Amino acid sequence: MKLKIKKGVPLIDQHDKNFMYGGKFGGNFIPETLKKPIDDLTKLFSKLRKDKKFLKERDYHFKNYIGAPTPFIKLENLTDHLGGAQIYAKVVSEANGGAHKIYNATVHCLIAKKAGKKFIVGDTGAGYAGKMLSMAAKKFGLKCKIFMGSKDIKRQRPNVEAMKKNGAEIVPVTTGSQTLVDAVSECMRYWVANCDTTHMCVGSTVGPNIFVKICAWSTAQISRELMIQVKEEFGKVPKKMKLLNCVGGGSSAMGFWNEFMDTDAQFIGIEAGGPKNSKLHAAPLTNGSKIGILHGSAQYVIQDNEGQIGRTESISAGLDYPGISSLHCFLKDSKRAKYTSASDEEALNAYKLVSKFENISPSLEPSHAFAEAIKLAPKLKSSDVIIVNSCGDSLKDKDIIKQKLGSYTR
Amino acid sequence: MKSKISTAFDICKKEKRPALITYTVAGDNTKDNSLKILNKISKHADILECGFPHNTPIADGGQIQGSAYRALKNGTKLKDVFHIVKKFKKKNPSKPLVLMGYFNLIYQCGENNFLKNCKKSGVDGLIIVDLPYPENKDFANKCKKKSITFIQLLSPTTSKERMKKIIKDSHEMLYYISMLSTTGGKLKVSPKKILENYNKIKRINPKKNLVIGFGITDKTISSLKSANGLVVGSMLCKIIANSLKMRQNPVTNLDKVVYNLKNKIL
Repeated sequence: MKLKIKKGVPLIDQHDKNFMYGGKFGGNFIPETLKKPIDDLTKLFSKLRKDKKFLKERDYHFKNYIGAPTPFIKLENLTDHLGGAQIYAKVVSEANGGAHKIYNATVHCLIAKKAGKKFIVGDTGAGYAGKMLSMAAKKFGLKCKIFMGSKDIKRQRPNVEAMKKNGAEIVPVTTGSQTLVDAVSECMRYWVANCDTTHMCVGSTVGPNIFVKICAWSTAQISRELMIQVKEEFGKVPKKMKLLNCVGGGSSAMGFWNEFMDTDAQFIGIEAGGPKNSKLHAAPLTNGSKIGILHGSAQYVIQDNEGQIGRTESISAGLDYPGISSLHCFLKDSKRAKYTSASDEEALNAYKLVSKFENISPSLEPSHAFAEAIKLAPKLKSSDVIIVNSCGDSLKDKDIIKQKLGSYTR
Repeated sequence: MKSKISTAFDICKKEKRPALITYTVAGDNTKDNSLKILNKISKHADILECGFPHNTPIADGGQIQGSAYRALKNGTKLKDVFHIVKKFKKKNPSKPLVLMGYFNLIYQCGENNFLKNCKKSGVDGLIIVDLPYPENKDFANKCKKKSITFIQLLSPTTSKERMKKIIKDSHEMLYYISMLSTTGGKLKVSPKKILENYNKIKRINPKKNLVIGFGITDKTISSLKSANGLVVGSMLCKIIANSLKMRQNPVTNLDKVVYNLKNKIL
């Protein structure tokens, strides 16, 4: 059966009564205890997203707290160097805190306030989701707890320090691979035990359906801004325009593409290929993983024949996740978006090239998308447009970059 | 024909005591030992819950995670789980055994294939932690057709209206989660409050066998005696972990512990 995306309907709402996209992705595979909190949150969110006062409040904070719009710039030097397509970047890393995770974090804090919750918990991989949640929690007066894999705590030190500064409690997760997948599990377990007093923020477009929805709805701000900026630059949406975005859980890509869903814009998602020759890639869409259930949602997921979730390895903690948003699975199977992967080495080289030629310094996650842009651009004509979502700032990766490339300047 | 699960509850009711239900993980700490454990403790327990291990269990606390980890580390696969059940049932044909686990393993195995294997090995019931009502209706019906009891879960967050629907569609056994917690949490609600909730559920349909689980140990079990059944899981997993740490035999240690648990509810 070929899946089809409906026009004129927000992608997040194209699910059936069981909250499944295309009849096979997403849903709510959750313990009974979470049924009610998730139902409550679903009802509250569907009310709030129609509430003009709430939307006004959201827009106020997006503008004055996060900083909207983030810049849209042409990468002149990179374009000249590579030849071929015109390369642009949406510099989402200019948002308050340095990455797109601030949109979801802010919206979750606003919702938690409306729900009368005083505590908020969240998971984090690269530390951005955690850092932003701790920032927003501080701003909105919520007590915050962040679950983070011990391996990630070591490799994303700057973000850990930021979270501590914001007064969040960091709970190290020492089970399994000690990365994002275990942090999400542990955070969900905590919510199972504390859902009466605590709001949970899932850091990406993964988890039970309502979290996919809230996150994609929040990051959609990126493409709302971009639509205006693209029309200003080109007069209309160019015929041959490619929107390149890295995908781990898939939250920045969903936000980057959302408003362009019904246009001719091509979507390319870049997964983490891991170290060259590694089999522990975090690229379930590129490498044809089977559908399975992870963190309450049916999705393409790296797993063995029995259904045990597989380990992944990537230089970028933010992409180091065995699953992928149900929305991206839906986009893949309906052929609306294409997915490929970039290796650790390709991402590092892309980081090097972009930061050398341009006045931006993408983190290792968007460096995966830049790697694809570098591959593609020379093969295209100057009438083609490539826009990369530079969704994170490299500062958090300074230790890794120093170790791999010998130095880090910023 | 009456199911073995119903028969077990009937016997307990006659003896005016709750059914003792144990939970251990297949393959913990070895495949052989987990079978030995089932054989030993079945002398004291009325229904045996046997976990099939998953490496991303979102509703389990540290002890059960540890058991699943040990089982997976020694290579326990689904076929081993069925093998263990089959061997157990051969020796104890009338003792009801319930498999418990997460849906992804069933999804990968294929629902029909999984149920065929359950039937072949003699599984009496299933508890699937992350397949809630009403999404589980189709699967529960498939179970019913194979005379396998699908055990629905109820929790303190389940609304009364929802409870009525779940109970209406339920089979002969239901599982009430005592408190908001993952498995193995400290009992943070008073037994009195738990029994109050328990009685509310019982009133909806007194005929259903309702068991209580989560946070039950040798310290708390006797205070909940008036329920139809009581599940002890994490405490047993902890005994295995501790036995290994102290280089003692987990099989004999568990046998003693379950014997003691039984004495507390007589």
